[in-house]
Amino acid sequence: MNTAINSGHLVFLLNGAMWTLVLSLLAFAGGGLGGFVVALGRTSPIKVLRILSSAYVQLIQGTPLLVILFLTFFGLPTLGFSITPLFAAALSLTIYVSAYLGEIWRGCIESVPKAQWEAAECLALSRVQRMFKVILPQAVRIATPPTVGFSVQIIKNTSLASVVGFVELARAGQLINNSIFEPFAIYMIVALLYFCLCFPVSALSKRLERTGAARLRTLKAASA
Amino acid sequence: MSVVVLKNVKKSFGSLPVLHGVSFAVAKGEVLALIGASGSGKSTALRCIDRLEIVDSGEIEVCGHMVHDPGLDLRRLRLDVGIVFQSYNLFPHLTIKENVTLAPRSVKKLDRRAADEIAMQSLQKVGLAEKADNYPEQLSGGQQQRAAIARSLAMEPKVMLFDEVTSALDPKLTGEVLKVIEALAASGMTMIMVTHEMGFARRVADQVVFMHEGLVHEAGSADILTNPSTPELREFVSNDL
Ligand SMILES: Nc1ncnc2c1ncn2[C@@H]1O[C@H](COP(=O)(O)OP(=O)(O)O)[C@@H](O)[C@H]1O
Ligand SMILES: [Mg+2]
Repeated sequence: MNTAINSGHLVFLLNGAMWTLVLSLLAFAGGGLGGFVVALGRTSPIKVLRILSSAYVQLIQGTPLLVILFLTFFGLPTLGFSITPLFAAALSLTIYVSAYLGEIWRGCIESVPKAQWEAAECLALSRVQRMFKVILPQAVRIATPPTVGFSVQIIKNTSLASVVGFVELARAGQLINNSIFEPFAIYMIVALLYFCLCFPVSALSKRLERTGAARLRTLKAASA
Repeated sequence: MSVVVLKNVKKSFGSLPVLHGVSFAVAKGEVLALIGASGSGKSTALRCIDRLEIVDSGEIEVCGHMVHDPGLDLRRLRLDVGIVFQSYNLFPHLTIKENVTLAPRSVKKLDRRAADEIAMQSLQKVGLAEKADNYPEQLSGGQQQRAAIARSLAMEPKVMLFDEVTSALDPKLTGEVLKVIEALAASGMTMIMVTHEMGFARRVADQVVFMHEGLVHEAGSADILTNPSTPELREFVSNDL
């Protein structure tokens, strides 16, 4: 019973794309918050925090996202938590993104010259003041292009949520294909929709990288 | 009464001994010029005074703070000591005025008006009042260094430490920074300055300390620059000519 793609299918796909976007935003918000904590832990003067956050990063970076997803979706219910596919997907992505963003941001914090810490220290600023008023504002500028770039990975990785039955864009395409079997046409549309979500973000990242590099060049020229 | 006293200060980096027992003292209102070849330990001595490095043994007393004491209140030490480095180290994300008001506002908890007032006063002292709203990258090296001095002054320190603050500058910009330091000396500020500007040291220093291989090799009034008694200082001074 093959039928052609109709407008109902398109609406279904667009709805899926909307859920992809929602999931991406949840993952970015949760992962951003977690990543901030991880980055602070990785750069902390307290050894226990450094060890804990580093172990977390190693563990998560060494585990496929798919396995994290299975653990939350199938594992948590066996411990007595009832869990929806959306919640499982958002939680898994948050755990996953926290580790990667945390590592990216740690690098950015550490790339602020040590002399900046020292100058702030000599002005009697406390450690927290040094971090929040001197180091982080500079780290944020360094971090913006790679963070935006990583957001593209987040959007694409949300497609894994389809395996636990969450109807985002990839799953929506699969469901339509199951009923009308037009894989080529359907997945072309799905790919196009992913492109529409990712392209603006990656274009922004490219632009930020360019202006950042240009800014660095003028800074170097000025100090030379 | 001495504001800064070093007694037999020793410091190694790993297995590399850098200070072998350095002693000198600076009285209130006095200007001490610390000179010596590169690698003789001048920066390390200065950094020990502000507890950026921790001494292995010996004693350092600064404005009544026992700097060698592990229980030292670092914050109170830093309130009394201002330090300026060769590389300015202004905060690039803040305007000049914000650079200067940051510490008065966050450490001394002054409100914006009071902090702005102090900032403008210290920027005036270094001749940079009209650059208050510029960012560091928009300033010349000499202006940036003067802004760094203003940032320190705004905390009203009792003693100022300068580490080769003009070494990165060309002669013209060096002059404008030295003028600021000279005025500061004339106003009675207690200062220790590491410098390669011998003419400036002769003019401004009350006391000259010549370091050689991690030790105070010769010390005295600025006259020792004209009439050195050790061959090492004689050679060091003649190299400068
Ligand atoms: N943080 C450090 N770690 C290891 N060695 C250092 C460090 N700081 C300085 N040194 C070494 O100590 C010696 C004295 O350096 P420094 O105090 O900077 O001399 P100066 O300021 O007189 O040129 C040099 O040999 C230098 O390489
Ligand atoms: Mg030095």
